This record gives sequence, C-alpha cells and structure tokens, in this order.
Amino acid sequence: MPVTIDLTGEVLTARLSGELDHHAACSVRQQIDEQIGEHRPTMVILDFRDLTFMDSSGIGLVMGRYKAASAVGAELHVCNTSPQIYKVMRLSGLDRLAVIDKGGCKYEGGK
Amino acid sequence: MKAVNEFKMTLMSCSSNESFARVAVAAFIAQLDPTVEEISDIKTAVSEAVTNCIVHAYSERIDKIYISVAIFSDRTVRIKIRDTGCGIPDISKAMEPLFTTAGGERAGLGFAVMQSFTDKVQVRSHIGKGTTVTLTKRLSFRAGANG
Repeated sequence: MPVTIDLTGEVLTARLSGELDHHAACSVRQQIDEQIGEHRPTMVILDFRDLTFMDSSGIGLVMGRYKAASAVGAELHVCNTSPQIYKVMRLSGLDRLAVIDKGGCKYEGGK
Repeated sequence: MKAVNEFKMTLMSCSSNESFARVAVAAFIAQLDPTVEEISDIKTAVSEAVTNCIVHAYSERIDKIYISVAIFSDRTVRIKIRDTGCGIPDISKAMEPLFTTAGGERAGLGFAVMQSFTDKVQVRSHIGKGTTVTLTKRLSFRAGANG
C-alpha cells in the first residue's frame, strides 16, 4: 500500500492511502520504522485521510508504531480517521495510548 | 427460514485475497441497499474472519477458504467462513479481547471486532479439522431499500 513519509523539523508524518489490512500492514510497518530509526523525531503522525478501510491489523500497526515512537522519545498522533476507522480504533482502547483526532492534525508536517 | 438468495466462493488463503473476499461479500450484499455503515461493518467483520484463516488456521500452508453468504427475506444476512485448518483448542479463550497466539503485531481483536460489528458470531471448531465462523447481521429497513 502507498505511504508518503514527510519530515518537517522534528515531526515525521506518514500518510497512508488505500486499505490497511493484514496483507498491507507488513510493508507499511517496515517503511515507517526505518524512518523513525533514522530521523528520531519528537512527534510521529499517522495521517489516515486517504485510508479507505482498516481492520484490527491496523490496530496492531498503530500499537507497534506507538512502541517505536516511544522508544525514541516521540509522541504518536493519529489523525483524519473516518467513522469506520475510528470505530475500530475505539474498540481497541487505542485512544488511551495515542492522540486520535477525527479531524485534521494540529501539528501537520505532511502535505 | 429459506434464503432468498445465496452466493458461494472458494479462495486460496493468500493474504492478497483478504481484500477480494470482503469486497466480493459486500458487492453481493449491495442488492439489499445497505447503509454505508452496514456495508463497512460487514467488510470489517469478513476481513477479520478471513485473516484468522490465513494467520491461524493455515499458518503453515496455503489452503482453501470457503465463504457462503445467504440473504433472508427479513433482510438478515448470514455469512459463513470455513477453513479445514488446525482448529481452535479453546474457543472462549480465542474470543477474549487481546488474546492472540500469533505474536508479532497481531492485536488479538479479531473476534471482538466481529462481535462488535455484527449481531451474532458463532464459532464451531474441531482440532485438526477446521473452523467455521458464522456471522449474522440484520440490515435496517429503509424506505426504497430492496430485499
């Protein structure tokens, strides 16, 4: 699945597009983690504006990126979640780990 | 109750088929003119069940996944997802939120999502013979909706 990663200052934004399921999660995970490891940002934003579907594999992906971000001292934000995606995320209690914004991100680094 | 329409398909347990499976089921159910939320719920639940077949039932091999969908006159949809894989030793445990045997980044929320997004989830499993997950969802009545 396509991921656009942008680094603005110390904010790393990963913009995911298409459908996030078990099949897609593997390559996305690797791409984001490489960038977190390389740039050690203070904030990681997962921008879901172009994501059209997500199942619980996406929860695993967000939890994993929460750990990867925490390991370098960064905060994780998830933004632009559609109602379907927000419903899946709420079920997992992810809103207690990461800052989830149904609208746009306050700290947008990506274009 | 007798189904007014039925659909069956068999597909290999390749992860690239996850998307096809949920989209095919959603396309068949579209004749009932479901709401956007209902179709999203069904796609998500089917995706979870099919992913379980791939990750758990057939973790060591690629094999067949059997999917059947039945539509009833009261706008109930019944989706069966069956595999002939390893089976589930303890169904109650497997259905507990956050429980997973897969490791990695599996969240252990597959059954929790299925239960939350449908009206009923039934699981029948025999060790070494396979598992059948039956998802039932009753669609809302809407003015002008078919079915």
